[in-house]
Amino acid sequence: MENIEQRVKKIVAEQLGVNEAEVKIDSSFVDDLGADSLDTVELVMALEEEFECEIPDEEAEKITTVQQAVDYVTAHLNK
Amino acid sequence: MAHSRILGTGSYLPANTVSNAMLAERVDTSDEWIVTRTGIRARHIAADNELTSDLALRAAESAIEASGVDRADIDLIIVATTTPDMMFPSTACILQEKLGMRGTAAFDVQAVCAGFIYALVTAHGYIQSGMAKNALVVGAETMSRLMDWNDRGTCVLFGDGAGAVVLGASDEPGILHAKLEADGHYQSILNTPGRVADGMIHGSPYLHMDGPAVFKFAVKALSDIAARTLAAAGMDKAQVDWLVPHQANLRIIESTARHLGLPMERVVVTLPEQANTSAASIPLALDTAVRDGRIQRGQTLMLEGIGGGFTWGAVLLTF
Repeated sequence: MENIEQRVKKIVAEQLGVNEAEVKIDSSFVDDLGADSLDTVELVMALEEEFECEIPDEEAEKITTVQQAVDYVTAHLNK
Repeated sequence: MAHSRILGTGSYLPANTVSNAMLAERVDTSDEWIVTRTGIRARHIAADNELTSDLALRAAESAIEASGVDRADIDLIIVATTTPDMMFPSTACILQEKLGMRGTAAFDVQAVCAGFIYALVTAHGYIQSGMAKNALVVGAETMSRLMDWNDRGTCVLFGDGAGAVVLGASDEPGILHAKLEADGHYQSILNTPGRVADGMIHGSPYLHMDGPAVFKFAVKALSDIAARTLAAAGMDKAQVDWLVPHQANLRIIESTARHLGLPMERVVVTLPEQANTSAASIPLALDTAVRDGRIQRGQTLMLEGIGGGFTWGAVLLTF
């Protein structure tokens, strides 16, 4: 089983159409990986599906980097 | 109960086409920005003296001719529109007069971009119950009149047009299953709040939208209702020949198709040259694909739309 960080990075790479090697833990979706506003929405939806959770809009707005996505998933996965 | 089926389709687009490049001359935007986020390249804009009922008339005449139904045998007119000619009477009554018809029941349905689905399902219910035999169902819009041309997030997205079908009683289906749903808690992410009182408009007369919020809600609601509609009909996505979705944004259409597991080769897309024509987009897409030969008699179609309210719905049918 891959860890959360690997799974998040894989989804980010798929959704944003970038090479997985380019996705670093501190990468910003918009500034580093070229995402636009709709890409980030689709990314959040993909995370929701992968980790079977609901990410409320006000929480989703705060997820702008890979680290923040990993932190959110880690904090909410075992609840 | 009687079945209902689509006997003919028609559509009309205003002559004036406005490209992204033309819009970029008056709005702070670019062809690249619009295309990558929406897939839209151009839209048709009605002439100043062209009203929603004028667009509806052209689409209706075309659908009636294609259906082979005599005008005298049409006993119900429903127009789905968010941009009626006036506060009242309804655009359906104005259309009735322009068609030279009298006596036929006529009313408007307001469900914004889901309006055509709501109108079609309403007509289906009238026919099923025996209250109507042949219904003229029209989606017609002049969305350009609700645009704030200084809001580059919305004014590039919409266009004008009309589409229509004649839905008639039939021994065989026709419409196999239909669902309509709404959730008024989402009013704030897509609306035109202005109202007429004291001889003036109170509140904004422009269309307002929270794009990302609409995007997320739309993809989830559309893929969910399509899957449940298929399940209720006891059918599988592999049996759907064509998905005919509301044409709002190419990325919503692609994402919904992906969630449903349908390849884009089986999705009718007219958005690039028409933009979002609200209640008109589904019958416009349907008529386009019928007339260019993609959609054939006997094929299974899934029509689905979503709009302000929020309102959404899906119709599974044999064409």
